[in-house]
Amino acid sequence: MLTAMSAIHVQGLEKSFKDLKVLRGVDVDVARGSIFALLGSNGAGKTTLVRILSTLLRADAGTARVDGFDVATQAADVRRSISLTGQFAAVDEILTGRENLVLVARLRHLKNAGAIADALLERFSLAEAGARRVATYSGGMRRRLDIAMSLIGDPPVVFLDEPTTGLDPQARLEVWQAVEELAEGGTTVLLTTQYLDEAEQLADRIAILHEGRIIVDGTLGELKKLLPPAKVEYVEKQPSLEDVFLSLVGARTDGGQR
Amino acid sequence: MNKHFVGDTAVLLGRSLRHIARSPDTIITTAVTPIAMMLLFVYVLGGAIQAGSGRYVNYLLPGILIITIASGISYTAYRLFLDLQGGIFERFQSMPIARAAVLWAHVLTSVVANLISVVVVVLVAVAMGFRTGASVLNWLAVAGILVLFTLALTWIAVIPGLTARSVDGASAFAYPLIFLPFISSAFVPTASMPGPVRAFADNQPVTSIVNTIRDLFAQRPVGSGIWTALAWCAGILVLALLFAARTYRRRAS
Repeated sequence: MLTAMSAIHVQGLEKSFKDLKVLRGVDVDVARGSIFALLGSNGAGKTTLVRILSTLLRADAGTARVDGFDVATQAADVRRSISLTGQFAAVDEILTGRENLVLVARLRHLKNAGAIADALLERFSLAEAGARRVATYSGGMRRRLDIAMSLIGDPPVVFLDEPTTGLDPQARLEVWQAVEELAEGGTTVLLTTQYLDEAEQLADRIAILHEGRIIVDGTLGELKKLLPPAKVEYVEKQPSLEDVFLSLVGARTDGGQR
Repeated sequence: MNKHFVGDTAVLLGRSLRHIARSPDTIITTAVTPIAMMLLFVYVLGGAIQAGSGRYVNYLLPGILIITIASGISYTAYRLFLDLQGGIFERFQSMPIARAAVLWAHVLTSVVANLISVVVVVLVAVAMGFRTGASVLNWLAVAGILVLFTLALTWIAVIPGLTARSVDGASAFAYPLIFLPFISSAFVPTASMPGPVRAFADNQPVTSIVNTIRDLFAQRPVGSGIWTALAWCAGILVLALLFAARTYRRRAS
């Protein structure tokens, strides 16, 4: 794939912390407007990769370009093109939801910060909670606010580092829906996750990061072909606990089941 | 320097000041200990302390103001630590803003918060009988020295704020700073101390700063002491700023 076409292009990226080699030559290519899931167990190096791509960390070797800009030499341009939603909701607990959004809009040097905040509160169903301090929000509301803050200024590339870790199933579905809407709007999304179903549900392409290297990279279909063809077995279909939970609490399942 | 530096600092300063406005207890707790100390020294120990002819509270206040600031700056380390823990620090870092603005906003917040605490302490001192004929210019000079001292100490506080692994670690560094005024001219004249202690007390920053403020309040000529005081503040400020900037850059490597 041509570099000019990719939103994210990573080649031979290496990073060590003292003697610990976290990334040992990572190659990744993410097409514009797609959702790319980076799968891996804890400690596989997912967060390290995201931190390098979002200019928070310098790589030891290799190159990485985001939206056409080199993360090492054009960090300021990269920061203008991206937004990062880290593992823990990066929201200000003492401010209200609206104040959080206004803060980010001002820091992105946008006019009409107030109007932008109100529009996002509406879009993420936080309009009623907008005047409340974030400390009173539920985990799902925090995450939604977090993602809303990431969308201010319409950055073409969005990094979501384990966006649903620690969320209840309902909040998880809400986040999934938000991510899908993002990609529909043409934003490139790179998300890391340790939940296989999340990658399966959302991603156009999936890469598995294992011991510092990408060991597979492809669409879900391609990945499934790596294993021998399914054999037919007769198994009694039991509802999963998630099905039971969601039907009992009456959650919307439209975003969750395809 | 980044063209957005001033604007970004102002926006982030507004954020931190909101934090303070919503938890004014940080200003109250900063002022409570020095006020308690002032009450203790003036009404319990003061009668036995020989510190010149005037009221003891007049002698004591400059040192109490230094203690107020020395304990107030640990909130900067605390707030910075919480920003790092919560992830909002990384959010700011990954945005197209002037990176130095993130730290300067915290430092300027510390100046504002400490000045408020200082005003509270001065008002209590006035209620306890503190009097000064200091002119507006003298007051401005006192305020200038205190602001410089706050800036210097706050930049020290930035370093543990960036490196601490726990909340306790982020604020523990302040204890020696609070203790330093005790081995200075803040409570008793250094002349009463035994040789080596006196040598230390006479040549540490608190004594020159306290003496200068005391002279300004008493409308005495400040002499060369003010230059010693300013040199200490400026020296600490520059060193702390350089170390803090290095620590800050190291986080991203």
